[in-house]
Amino acid sequence: MNKLIVSPSPHVHSGDSVQKNMYGVLLALVPALAASVWFFGLGALIVTLTSVLACVLFEHLIQKYLLKKPSTIMDGSAAVTGLLLAFNLPTNIPLGLIIIGAAIAIGMGKMSFGGLGQNPFNPALVGRVFLLISFPVQMTSWPVPIAARGAYIDAVTGPTPLSVVKEGLAAGRPFSELTAEIPSYLNLFMGQMGGSAGEVAGVALLLGLGYMLIKKIVTWHIPVAVVGSIAVFTGVLHLSDPQAYASPLFHLLTGGVLLGAFFMATDYASSPMSKRGMLLYGAGIGIITVLIRIYGSYPEGVSFAILIMNAFTPLIDKYIKPKRFGEKPAVQKA
Amino acid sequence: MLKTFSLGGVHPAENKRSANSPVEVLPVPPVVSIPLAQHIGAPAQALVKKGDEVKVGQVIAQSAGFVSANIHSPVSGKVAKVDQIVDASGYRKDAIIINTEGDEWVEDIDRSAILVKEITASPEAIIKKIGEAGIVGLGGATFPAHVKLSPPPGKTCDVLIINGVECEPYLTSDHRLMLEKGEELLVGIRLLMTALNVKKAIIGIENNKPDAIAHMEKLASEYEGVRVQPLKVQYPQGGEKQLIDACMGRQVPSGKLPIEVGAVVHNVGTAYAVYEAVQKNKPLIERIVTVTGLSLARPANFLTRIGTPISVLIEAAGGLPDDTGKIIGGGPMMGKALTSTEIPVTKGTSGILLMPQPLASRKPVDPCIRCSKCVSVCPMGLSPYLLMPLAEKAIWDRAEEENIMDCIECGSCSFTCPSSRPLLDYIRLGKAKVGQIMRSRTATA
Ligand code: SF4
Ligand code: SF4
Repeated sequence: MNKLIVSPSPHVHSGDSVQKNMYGVLLALVPALAASVWFFGLGALIVTLTSVLACVLFEHLIQKYLLKKPSTIMDGSAAVTGLLLAFNLPTNIPLGLIIIGAAIAIGMGKMSFGGLGQNPFNPALVGRVFLLISFPVQMTSWPVPIAARGAYIDAVTGPTPLSVVKEGLAAGRPFSELTAEIPSYLNLFMGQMGGSAGEVAGVALLLGLGYMLIKKIVTWHIPVAVVGSIAVFTGVLHLSDPQAYASPLFHLLTGGVLLGAFFMATDYASSPMSKRGMLLYGAGIGIITVLIRIYGSYPEGVSFAILIMNAFTPLIDKYIKPKRFGEKPAVQKA
Repeated sequence: MLKTFSLGGVHPAENKRSANSPVEVLPVPPVVSIPLAQHIGAPAQALVKKGDEVKVGQVIAQSAGFVSANIHSPVSGKVAKVDQIVDASGYRKDAIIINTEGDEWVEDIDRSAILVKEITASPEAIIKKIGEAGIVGLGGATFPAHVKLSPPPGKTCDVLIINGVECEPYLTSDHRLMLEKGEELLVGIRLLMTALNVKKAIIGIENNKPDAIAHMEKLASEYEGVRVQPLKVQYPQGGEKQLIDACMGRQVPSGKLPIEVGAVVHNVGTAYAVYEAVQKNKPLIERIVTVTGLSLARPANFLTRIGTPISVLIEAAGGLPDDTGKIIGGGPMMGKALTSTEIPVTKGTSGILLMPQPLASRKPVDPCIRCSKCVSVCPMGLSPYLLMPLAEKAIWDRAEEENIMDCIECGSCSFTCPSSRPLLDYIRLGKAKVGQIMRSRTATA
């Protein structure tokens, strides 16, 4: 007989692992990737491939040669960051910029804090916002969907629905008139609009979220809180003046709200641990997003909103604890 | 929607391989070893010495206080010695070793199978009898049963909850008991209700035992005030606080006992032992033990005399599989890994589980990825990811603030963690330490 193992309980494990969760996220992003390739063709392929490879390579190099530890790229988290970074970039962005973005995302956003689980900010967003601030022109020119499928750098570009509406409303034009110049809600939901590689197709992102919920990779709290708070906030504004403020559905379907709510805000390390904390954090993201969109200079705002709330995560975790058993007052019958 | 408890919980693979194996009576072994500490509280004091002749059912060790329990001889024969043996805890503890001769019982024990339904004993007499018979919580907690039947002054009980949940994977002894001894069990419940002076009893059974639910529902219809509550399969539903919450929607406050919300919980095995003690005058000398495991040839449920070495049970279930890497006393979530096959069955042994390699070994530990899954599954609403480093770094005051003492050691957090972190190992350590600090504080205050 073998030597008996003696260890404390529990003696069984769920079989869950870091890899399962990370590869699960990658799988959940496949529909959005397919939509991206459908709408933006060659550019989408080049951007995602470059970003994923660059992120994985940077992590491997940093871990192995700088930190002199075993490489961690097989856990899948570097690939997730790479894919999410790509999804937040326009599909005509030059290779050099992608590589800079990947270096910032992995190097500064993740590894400098100690790697997986330690990053206070979503690494992909750190990369994206760095690029947005440093290269605003390249980061805000958007290839038009389908028509530009065969091209990469020289793809025909056009305005995004969000910028059309933002500028239109700023110029005092009524919202009902502007809706004629942008795709229908159905087309917005299907993803037929200009925008970052992976953010356009709401339907694909929703599928991915469904998969993550079934597989228990994430819970509903953050996505619902983000989407719900944006819907409520913009809904109130829209009702107060339907012509001066865009409709809630428009806000939700454009500018990467769903990508942000489902995949970026739910990053494990940079989001709160308790359900109540998650709801507060999600609501914070929604509110800040709307404030930026309505009063700020950027048409979108989800990325900044998530990064701002990332910064509040430690505070939220400190003060908002999970609901305890027995918190509900006991009803003792007389 | 089926009822269950409100917070957290997990659903490990059930693997109830022995669910359809009727209880078999295991032959009386040639030698038994009976530890004096097989219940929570003070170890019993031996009343016999080497060379003494004993009969089945004779008291051989006496309860050493209010929270303690008598121990009766499970066999007839001669005391070989009173010595130290390694028990389930892995330490050497005092035990009485008896060489079996024949099977001669104390005269006034009713060994017939005739059901005695009529209850004549007064509440006081029932509680006294339960104390004398050495009955402890048979679900595995081994808390002396008579203590739970004597509510502290000022507290009243209005509902008796009977735990037929058997939420631990693999184990089936309670399941078989409900199917095979349902009538006796119900009389036992009636006895407990009489002792506690309550009008209502709820038998909680998880939905993975539909036959037991149906059977008990049919039988219970003839007993006023007793009803069956089917429950959604969810671990750790057998935890007292979780079961009360699931059955009645009452949550026992932190640091308090079930009586605080008017409930007392007993296991089905305990209720059956109460029947035998009060109606048949039979003390606790045997119990049903599930012997199971993924590689075991013949998973079974044995009616086993206390003190039987587990090697005898394993042999009877088809022998120790070659790939055995771990032997567990109890279920896989809360059971104890045993150090040898010579450890005896005690009152709290609900099962013997043989874990094959490689399942017996733990997976390598990864860093915490802050996935918050441990928080989601904790039935007490704690933050295991936070408690572990606090215990690791010995920051006891913070651990106390984070309510480490609320932990019921169910293991759901460690079970779930994708990084396979040994959360409960450290939380247990922290509980021991914080408990010590809290006690010394009340002692000096
Ligand atoms: S912290 Fe304690 S009560 Fe919570 S899941 Fe872990 S073992 Fe169970
Ligand atoms: S389950 Fe494990 S990895 Fe996830 S938060 Fe808890 S300790 Fe960290």
